[in-house]
Amino acid sequence: MKSFVFPEFQIIRDEAKCGQCRGCERQCAFGAHTYDPVSDRLISDNYKCVGCQRCAVFCPRDAIVVQPNPSFYRSNASWSREKLEDVKRQAETGGVILTGCGNDKSFRIYWDHIVLNASQVTNPSIDPLREPMELRTFLGAKPDLMEFKVNDEEVDIATSVSPNLMVQTPIVFSAMSYGAISYNAFLSLATAASKLGTYFNTGEGGLPREMREKFGKHAIVQVASGRFGIDAEYLNCAAAVEIKVGQGAKPGIGGHLPGEKVSASVSATRMIPVGTDAISPAPHHDIYSIEDLSMLIHAIKEATNYEKPVSVKIAAVHNFAAIAAGIVHAGADIIAIDGLRGGTGAAPKVIRDNVGIPIELAISSLDRRLRQDGIRNRCSIIAAGGIRCSADVIKAIALGADATYIGSAALIAMGCNLCQKCYTGKCNWGICTQDPRLSGRLNVDIASQRLTNLISAWSHEIREMLGGMGINALESLRGNRDHLRGVGLHEWELDVLGIKGAGE
Amino acid sequence: MPRKRRGLYTKEICACSIFGAMNRDGERFSAAGVMKAIANMHVRGNGLGGGFAAYGIYPQYRDYYAFHLMFNGKTLQSQISAKAEFEQYLNQRFDVVYDEEIPHRSEVLLRDPPLLWRYFVSPRKKGEDASLSDEEYVVKVVMHTNSRAEDAYIFSSGKNMGCFKGVGYPEEIGEYFMLDELYSAYAWTAHGRFPTNTQAWWGGAHPFSLLDTSIVHNGEISSYGTNRWYLEMYGYACTLQTDTEVIAYAADLLLRRQRIPMEIVAKILAPPTWNAIDTMSEKEKKLFTTLRMVYGPLLMNGPFAIIIGQTGRLVGLTDRIRLRPITAATRGEMFYLSSEEASIRLISPEIDSVWTPNGGEPVICELNSKRV
Amino acid sequence: MIQDNEVCLVPISAIARGGLFVGSVEIDAEELQTRELNDRLRKLMLAGERKVIIRNVCGQRYIGTRLYSPERHQMEIEVYGIPGNDLAAFLFGHKVIVHGNAQDGVGNTMDDGEIVVEGRAGDVLGFSMRGGTIYVRDGCGYRTALHMKEYEDKKPVLVIGGTAQDFLGEYMAGGVVILLDLKDQGHKASFIGTGMHGGTIYLRGSVKSSQVGDQVAISPVDESDREVLDHYLSGFIERFPMLGLEKDEILNSSFVKLIPRSKRPYSNLYTY
Repeated sequence: MKSFVFPEFQIIRDEAKCGQCRGCERQCAFGAHTYDPVSDRLISDNYKCVGCQRCAVFCPRDAIVVQPNPSFYRSNASWSREKLEDVKRQAETGGVILTGCGNDKSFRIYWDHIVLNASQVTNPSIDPLREPMELRTFLGAKPDLMEFKVNDEEVDIATSVSPNLMVQTPIVFSAMSYGAISYNAFLSLATAASKLGTYFNTGEGGLPREMREKFGKHAIVQVASGRFGIDAEYLNCAAAVEIKVGQGAKPGIGGHLPGEKVSASVSATRMIPVGTDAISPAPHHDIYSIEDLSMLIHAIKEATNYEKPVSVKIAAVHNFAAIAAGIVHAGADIIAIDGLRGGTGAAPKVIRDNVGIPIELAISSLDRRLRQDGIRNRCSIIAAGGIRCSADVIKAIALGADATYIGSAALIAMGCNLCQKCYTGKCNWGICTQDPRLSGRLNVDIASQRLTNLISAWSHEIREMLGGMGINALESLRGNRDHLRGVGLHEWELDVLGIKGAGE
Repeated sequence: MPRKRRGLYTKEICACSIFGAMNRDGERFSAAGVMKAIANMHVRGNGLGGGFAAYGIYPQYRDYYAFHLMFNGKTLQSQISAKAEFEQYLNQRFDVVYDEEIPHRSEVLLRDPPLLWRYFVSPRKKGEDASLSDEEYVVKVVMHTNSRAEDAYIFSSGKNMGCFKGVGYPEEIGEYFMLDELYSAYAWTAHGRFPTNTQAWWGGAHPFSLLDTSIVHNGEISSYGTNRWYLEMYGYACTLQTDTEVIAYAADLLLRRQRIPMEIVAKILAPPTWNAIDTMSEKEKKLFTTLRMVYGPLLMNGPFAIIIGQTGRLVGLTDRIRLRPITAATRGEMFYLSSEEASIRLISPEIDSVWTPNGGEPVICELNSKRV
Repeated sequence: MIQDNEVCLVPISAIARGGLFVGSVEIDAEELQTRELNDRLRKLMLAGERKVIIRNVCGQRYIGTRLYSPERHQMEIEVYGIPGNDLAAFLFGHKVIVHGNAQDGVGNTMDDGEIVVEGRAGDVLGFSMRGGTIYVRDGCGYRTALHMKEYEDKKPVLVIGGTAQDFLGEYMAGGVVILLDLKDQGHKASFIGTGMHGGTIYLRGSVKSSQVGDQVAISPVDESDREVLDHYLSGFIERFPMLGLEKDEILNSSFVKLIPRSKRPYSNLYTY
């Protein structure tokens, strides 16, 4: 059937600058550039271009511009070009439209409507370069109150305290499985996490054996619905175990790693045969009700000798606060909530763009609900889904989160440009691919340095903002809505967030 | 404007002067010196708040809780009806041994004084309250009254101690309540306030107290939102619109309910930095790491110097990077704490030792014998 | 707690204009507020008085501050009692001697002159000091010499007989601070010199590198340092004869010098 759909991108080559080095041809796994020996020219096929910008960045002569295809239909507020062309695609294939990355639609971004405080006169702002400014925090369950044994000068703690994860900065790498991302990308995340004193999340792809000894103590390992790669050693070498119930990009549905991406190494890590599809069912088939989850949480604690915190990751959807409260009662030490903008390697576009709620509203309502129930101390909240900069992190903490997970930002630091074609396995940046020719392009030393740079820079910015608010320890910001104000928000939004409007 | 739904609050900010004096032998003395001392720091305040806490002032009623009430209605009539309503509530729950208007000098002209009354009471617990301790019961009643009742506010609720406060310079408040004439105490604390909100109200002055714990505070708590949310989970209603109340409730929670020693409580409110903790011995490192991990939300951030008063002791404490001043001094059995040394010298020109304690390190003064 | 009531002394003045013979004026500060006391000091300065003694000082602030005059009158002020905050703030070349302790803010943004404290000083001593000299017999509080600075020939100096508390020399940009720790208590301060980008701190005794900021280098003193120490130690001993100190004994003890590693300690921090 002839396709009626225009190419999304247009490649413009400046022939005067082009030196026919064929670099673009080598760089593009989608085959958008080919060299024609007859005319000694590079020829571009716009239909193949996904807009990942690899060729433009690497062209030694800066001869390539990749821009959105300027062809357009009559403008129509309801039938955007995307909606129109999606209909045509589905008419051509009868299939579900897949996509990658996070929700790109224009739902309100609450981070951009919240402003921060600064101290003046009545309270000095604190200079993070010269005075102590502490970002260290602990993720896990805390006892409500502690008992002490005091004799003479010696003070001993009489209460037993649950295991907690210590992070040096409230930014943790989000779950991205080996299989969804390349080995080099995965290793880069692990390396950066160990350098920074934070953690990375293995996602549901398991943790390769050769990485366990060095990186296990910085790993949060996932137990997802497909239970891939889970053996007792996997659970016990890690710092924490996360039960993945859902994720922001595709709440309620499972995952599917196509057989093409299950290479020998992926196969060994996930412990499934090479070339078979890795299917994660939608629910955990041993969790059909909250008491089942409680059973699984305790089973994992038993399997790890009660030495590791157990986290439960859920997508932020309509009644999630009640669900989350139930999860805390069920024994979870950490709740990870993933909002509307959470990313993925592959999801049906219609689910990614329409299911879930914004994380800002979710954090606030969860924090409030747990406090109302008097159980806020029993878990830490990690917020995920569209954290783009250090200001988002600080606002998340002030709304009630203990820490944030970053996924897309980490990939972007390594080179990703959110072209949303992760599911093809042809990532030219070497991130979301298992093709060794492509993943070899991602140098682990450089990529992990980029990640370390990013988190260090954000951490420093967070210190500056905290100091500006007259606070010198992160624990004094958590849930401290006094330091936030809303701009351009409706009354109900201010209510849900629990903050005042600017000027109030 | 329907903002009440969000349960939001407007926090008042104030800068101020604080002073404390205690006789370690338990000998009681008049307020005259303390009033002079706090007056000496007149310029640190702006006349919109002052107050005192005194320990050992009701020896004849030492076994009864002394409730100090202010009835804030706009007219005398509304004040009287607020009083009647409160007394009805009170009489159902307590045996009132004696009550009277708190003596004061009307010639001292202060802004909008409320009707001030004191009751000496003992709990009469019924039903499900019978299982509560006396102290828990009193706290419950205080929280209920101060958050629900429109115009009644309990501003002192300890035994054999009392707070006296209002809108005015502290020396004026002292004169108003005739503190130098009517009372002698073994420990006094005093406070002069500089609020940035001109709609000052009598209840907003320091000290803040719950049972026998009283706090006078100089500074601003930037972690107020966090502290408040945490304390509200334990039943403390933060209704007084000033950040000092979280210190009072944190002290009550940690010292009275949890019976944590004062030295440890100081390390919860003003903990050492992680750099310092990481270099401690294994045992200490574990203790301080656990304290910060569990009680992080009670870290008091922002500049502060406070004096905590309790039966039998005074404690001075500043924030961990000492953004507010405090000077401690001793002379024989007398112990002093002050925002400025000059105030101490004014009433005790001879001093045995004087020093400025480190940030985050409490200065604790206790009675030589525990009998009060 | 009754205080001795000093009799208010009648001002004695036997001054000839031109400075051939100098007597002194006395002020009894007992009933005076800050404003009135400083009013009187200024009047005396403008009238050409060269020496004033103030008795019964108790908490009055800014003593010596309101004494700027384009004609550069110079006075010597002796304070008996305990002066309030910001003693000699913005001092314009006068000499202030305190017979007792001082409070916070001594020498705040001092321009020139000399302050002598026969006791201890409080917090933010010598804050933003840009010239002149301060001698303190005992110790001092937090944030001493914060952002002290020098320019061309104006170089401030602060000499302390005891030790200081945390944040000594924070943001220091110039000048000299000397801590003698005469009672050998050891330097216990932390965060010494954080943000230091100029000037020198001399400590008698030693400090651990964990006590000083990242930008600070600890080194031994050399000959030229010893000359500086000799000079200011002489000044210190002269002003505090009651201590009965032996200069050579003190000079021979070990000193360390703290200086900044760089004038631009944070050049790598930003992305342009």
